[in-house]
Amino acid sequence: MIRIHVGTDPIDPAAELALAEAAAGAGAVATFIGLVRADDGVGTLELEHYPGATEAALHRVAAAAAERWSLGAATIVHRVGPMAPGTRIVFVAASAAHRAAALEACAYLIDRLKTDAPFWKREIRDGKARWVEARATDTDAAARWEA
Amino acid sequence: MTIEMLYFAWVRERMGRAQETVAPPPAVTTVAALVDWLAARDADSADALADRGRLRAAVDQAFVAMDADIAGAREIALFPPVTGG
Repeated sequence: MIRIHVGTDPIDPAAELALAEAAAGAGAVATFIGLVRADDGVGTLELEHYPGATEAALHRVAAAAAERWSLGAATIVHRVGPMAPGTRIVFVAASAAHRAAALEACAYLIDRLKTDAPFWKREIRDGKARWVEARATDTDAAARWEA
Repeated sequence: MTIEMLYFAWVRERMGRAQETVAPPPAVTTVAALVDWLAARDADSADALADRGRLRAAVDQAFVAMDADIAGAREIALFPPVTGG
Protein backbone atom coordinates (compact mmCIF):
# COMPACT_ATOMS: atom_id res chain seq x y z
CA MET A 1 0.00 0.00 0.00
CA ILE A 2 1.28 3.42 -0.91
CA ARG A 3 -0.49 6.28 0.82
CA ILE A 4 0.22 9.89 -0.14
CA HIS A 5 -1.73 12.82 1.24
CA VAL A 6 -1.04 16.54 0.99
CA GLY A 7 -3.51 18.96 2.56
CA THR A 8 -4.29 21.69 5.06
CA ASP A 9 -6.07 19.28 7.42
CA PRO A 10 -4.39 18.26 10.72
CA ILE A 11 -2.33 15.03 10.63
CA ASP A 12 -3.88 12.14 12.62
CA PRO A 13 -0.99 9.79 13.57
CA ALA A 14 -3.25 7.16 15.14
CA ALA A 15 -5.32 6.78 11.99
CA GLU A 16 -2.21 6.71 9.78
CA LEU A 17 -0.51 4.16 12.05
CA ALA A 18 -3.57 1.90 11.96
CA LEU A 19 -3.42 1.87 8.15
CA ALA A 20 0.30 1.03 8.18
CA GLU A 21 -0.19 -1.75 10.75
CA ALA A 22 -2.98 -3.28 8.67
CA ALA A 23 -0.63 -3.75 5.67
CA ALA A 24 -0.05 -7.29 4.46
CA GLY A 25 2.97 -8.99 6.05
CA ALA A 26 3.48 -6.32 8.68
CA GLY A 27 5.82 -7.31 11.50
CA ALA A 28 7.42 -3.92 12.08
CA VAL A 29 6.26 -0.36 11.56
CA ALA A 30 8.61 2.64 11.83
CA THR A 31 7.25 6.18 11.85
CA PHE A 32 8.64 9.69 11.83
CA ILE A 33 6.78 12.88 12.75
CA GLY A 34 8.12 16.36 12.01
CA LEU A 35 6.85 19.33 14.03
CA VAL A 36 7.00 23.06 13.39
CA ARG A 37 9.86 24.38 15.54
CA ALA A 38 9.54 27.61 17.50
CA ASP A 39 13.11 28.56 16.41
CA ASP A 40 14.07 32.16 17.09
CA GLY A 41 10.56 33.34 17.77
CA VAL A 42 8.80 31.91 14.72
CA GLY A 43 5.09 32.63 15.15
CA THR A 44 3.76 30.95 12.02
CA LEU A 45 5.23 28.63 9.41
CA GLU A 46 3.62 28.65 5.97
CA LEU A 47 4.04 25.79 3.53
CA GLU A 48 3.59 26.38 -0.18
CA HIS A 49 3.67 23.52 -2.70
CA TYR A 50 3.21 22.65 -6.36
CA PRO A 51 -0.15 20.84 -6.55
CA GLY A 52 0.02 17.73 -8.69
CA ALA A 53 3.80 17.70 -8.94
CA THR A 54 4.06 17.34 -5.15
CA GLU A 55 1.86 14.27 -4.97
CA ALA A 56 3.64 12.70 -7.98
CA ALA A 57 7.08 13.31 -6.41
CA LEU A 58 5.99 11.84 -3.05
CA HIS A 59 4.54 8.83 -4.84
CA ARG A 60 7.87 8.21 -6.58
CA VAL A 61 9.73 8.42 -3.25
CA ALA A 62 7.28 6.02 -1.55
CA ALA A 63 7.27 3.58 -4.48
CA ALA A 64 11.08 3.49 -4.54
CA ALA A 65 11.16 2.72 -0.79
CA ALA A 66 8.45 0.07 -1.11
CA GLU A 67 10.44 -1.73 -3.79
CA ARG A 68 13.87 -1.38 -2.15
CA TRP A 69 12.77 -2.68 1.29
CA SER A 70 9.81 -4.88 0.22
CA LEU A 71 7.41 -2.77 2.28
CA GLY A 72 3.82 -3.70 2.97
CA ALA A 73 3.03 0.00 3.40
CA ALA A 74 4.77 3.29 2.65
CA THR A 75 2.97 6.40 3.89
CA ILE A 76 3.78 10.08 3.40
CA VAL A 77 1.38 12.68 4.77
CA HIS A 78 2.47 16.31 4.46
CA ARG A 79 0.60 19.34 5.70
CA VAL A 80 0.54 22.65 3.80
CA GLY A 81 -0.72 26.16 4.59
CA PRO A 82 -0.15 28.17 7.79
CA MET A 83 0.89 26.31 10.96
CA ALA A 84 1.71 27.31 14.55
CA PRO A 85 4.81 25.99 16.38
CA GLY A 86 4.27 22.45 17.67
CA THR A 87 1.99 21.54 14.76
CA ARG A 88 2.66 18.24 12.96
CA ILE A 89 3.96 19.10 9.51
CA VAL A 90 4.91 15.66 8.16
CA PHE A 91 4.22 12.02 8.98
CA VAL A 92 5.94 9.08 7.33
CA ALA A 93 5.55 5.37 8.02
CA ALA A 94 7.16 2.23 6.67
CA SER A 95 5.67 -1.19 7.33
CA ALA A 96 7.87 -4.25 6.72
CA ALA A 97 8.33 -7.81 7.93
CA HIS A 98 11.26 -6.89 10.21
CA ARG A 99 12.61 -3.85 12.04
CA ALA A 100 15.78 -3.17 10.03
CA ALA A 101 13.86 -2.68 6.79
CA ALA A 102 11.17 -0.59 8.49
CA LEU A 103 13.68 1.71 10.21
CA GLU A 104 15.87 2.19 7.13
CA ALA A 105 12.89 2.79 4.84
CA CYS A 106 11.44 5.32 7.28
CA ALA A 107 14.71 7.30 7.24
CA TYR A 108 14.81 7.08 3.44
CA LEU A 109 11.26 8.44 3.12
CA ILE A 110 11.93 11.57 5.19
CA ASP A 111 15.40 12.18 3.74
CA ARG A 112 14.25 11.92 0.14
CA LEU A 113 11.03 13.87 0.48
CA LYS A 114 13.01 16.86 1.76
CA THR A 115 14.95 17.14 -1.51
CA ASP A 116 12.63 15.52 -4.06
CA ALA A 117 9.24 17.15 -3.42
CA PRO A 118 8.31 20.76 -4.29
CA PHE A 119 7.52 22.35 -0.92
CA TRP A 120 8.67 25.79 0.27
CA LYS A 121 8.66 27.03 3.86
CA ARG A 122 8.16 30.63 4.89
CA GLU A 123 8.62 31.75 8.50
CA ILE A 124 6.68 34.64 9.96
CA ARG A 125 8.24 36.43 12.94
CA ASP A 126 6.70 39.57 14.39
CA GLY A 127 4.71 40.05 11.19
CA LYS A 128 7.81 39.74 8.97
CA ALA A 129 8.01 36.89 6.46
CA ARG A 130 11.21 35.14 5.39
CA TRP A 131 11.63 32.23 2.97
CA VAL A 132 13.59 29.37 4.53
CA GLU A 133 16.87 28.60 2.73
CA ALA A 134 17.58 25.06 1.56
CA ARG A 135 20.33 23.35 3.59
CA ALA A 136 23.28 21.43 2.18
CA THR A 137 22.92 18.90 5.01
CA ASP A 138 19.51 17.91 3.60
CA THR A 139 21.05 17.28 0.18
CA ASP A 140 23.79 15.20 1.82
CA ALA A 141 21.23 13.20 3.82
CA ALA A 142 19.28 12.41 0.64
CA ALA A 143 22.43 11.56 -1.34
CA ARG A 144 23.52 8.86 1.13
CA TRP A 145 20.70 6.65 -0.18
CA GLU A 146 21.97 6.66 -3.75
CA ALA A 147 23.25 3.23 -4.62
CA MET B 1 4.91 27.21 -29.09
CA THR B 2 3.00 28.40 -26.02
CA ILE B 3 4.04 27.34 -22.53
CA GLU B 4 2.14 27.66 -19.26
CA MET B 5 4.63 29.12 -16.75
CA LEU B 6 4.22 28.58 -13.00
CA TYR B 7 6.21 30.41 -10.30
CA PHE B 8 6.57 29.45 -6.64
CA ALA B 9 7.81 30.94 -3.36
CA TRP B 10 10.04 34.05 -3.74
CA VAL B 11 10.17 33.64 -7.53
CA ARG B 12 6.38 34.05 -7.55
CA GLU B 13 6.52 37.04 -5.22
CA ARG B 14 9.21 38.85 -7.22
CA MET B 15 7.57 38.07 -10.57
CA GLY B 16 4.35 39.55 -9.19
CA ARG B 17 2.38 36.65 -10.68
CA ALA B 18 1.84 32.94 -9.99
CA GLN B 19 1.37 31.91 -13.61
CA GLU B 20 1.28 33.17 -17.17
CA THR B 21 1.20 31.86 -20.72
CA VAL B 22 4.28 32.69 -22.80
CA ALA B 23 5.29 32.15 -26.42
CA PRO B 24 9.10 32.14 -26.66
CA PRO B 25 10.77 32.26 -30.08
CA PRO B 26 12.04 28.99 -31.65
CA ALA B 27 15.63 29.80 -30.68
CA VAL B 28 14.70 29.23 -27.02
CA THR B 29 15.29 25.49 -26.67
CA THR B 30 16.41 24.97 -23.05
CA VAL B 31 15.20 25.99 -19.59
CA ALA B 32 18.25 28.25 -19.20
CA ALA B 33 17.51 30.01 -22.49
CA LEU B 34 13.87 30.40 -21.45
CA VAL B 35 14.97 32.01 -18.17
CA ASP B 36 17.21 34.43 -20.11
CA TRP B 37 14.36 35.28 -22.47
CA LEU B 38 11.88 35.82 -19.60
CA ALA B 39 14.36 37.95 -17.62
CA ALA B 40 14.93 40.25 -20.61
CA ARG B 41 11.22 41.20 -20.78
CA ASP B 42 10.75 43.52 -17.80
CA ALA B 43 12.23 44.66 -14.48
CA ASP B 44 10.15 42.33 -12.28
CA SER B 45 11.17 39.30 -14.33
CA ALA B 46 14.82 40.39 -14.33
CA ASP B 47 14.75 40.77 -10.53
CA ALA B 48 12.91 37.49 -9.87
CA LEU B 49 15.27 35.50 -12.10
CA ALA B 50 18.54 37.33 -11.35
CA ASP B 51 19.98 34.75 -8.95
CA ARG B 52 20.40 31.89 -11.45
CA GLY B 53 22.30 29.76 -8.94
CA ARG B 54 19.24 29.61 -6.69
CA LEU B 55 16.72 28.81 -9.43
CA ARG B 56 15.32 25.34 -9.98
CA ALA B 57 12.93 24.12 -12.67
CA ALA B 58 10.35 21.47 -13.50
CA VAL B 59 9.18 20.61 -17.00
CA ASP B 60 5.72 19.05 -17.11
CA GLN B 61 5.92 18.54 -13.33
CA ALA B 62 9.28 16.69 -13.26
CA PHE B 63 12.43 18.31 -11.80
CA VAL B 64 15.05 18.99 -14.50
CA ALA B 65 18.49 20.59 -14.83
CA MET B 66 18.67 24.09 -16.29
CA ASP B 67 20.17 22.77 -19.55
CA ALA B 68 17.13 20.52 -20.11
CA ASP B 69 15.43 20.63 -23.50
CA ILE B 70 11.97 22.23 -23.50
CA ALA B 71 10.76 20.93 -26.88
CA GLY B 72 7.09 19.97 -26.55
CA ALA B 73 6.83 21.23 -22.95
CA ARG B 74 3.33 22.28 -21.91
CA GLU B 75 4.03 23.45 -18.34
CA ILE B 76 7.29 24.79 -16.91
CA ALA B 77 7.74 25.84 -13.28
CA LEU B 78 10.53 28.03 -11.84
CA PHE B 79 11.20 28.10 -8.10
CA PRO B 80 13.88 28.22 -5.37
CA PRO B 81 15.53 25.08 -3.95
CA VAL B 82 12.85 23.09 -2.09
CA THR B 83 12.49 23.16 1.71
CA GLY B 84 9.83 20.61 2.69
CA GLY B 85 9.72 18.01 5.44
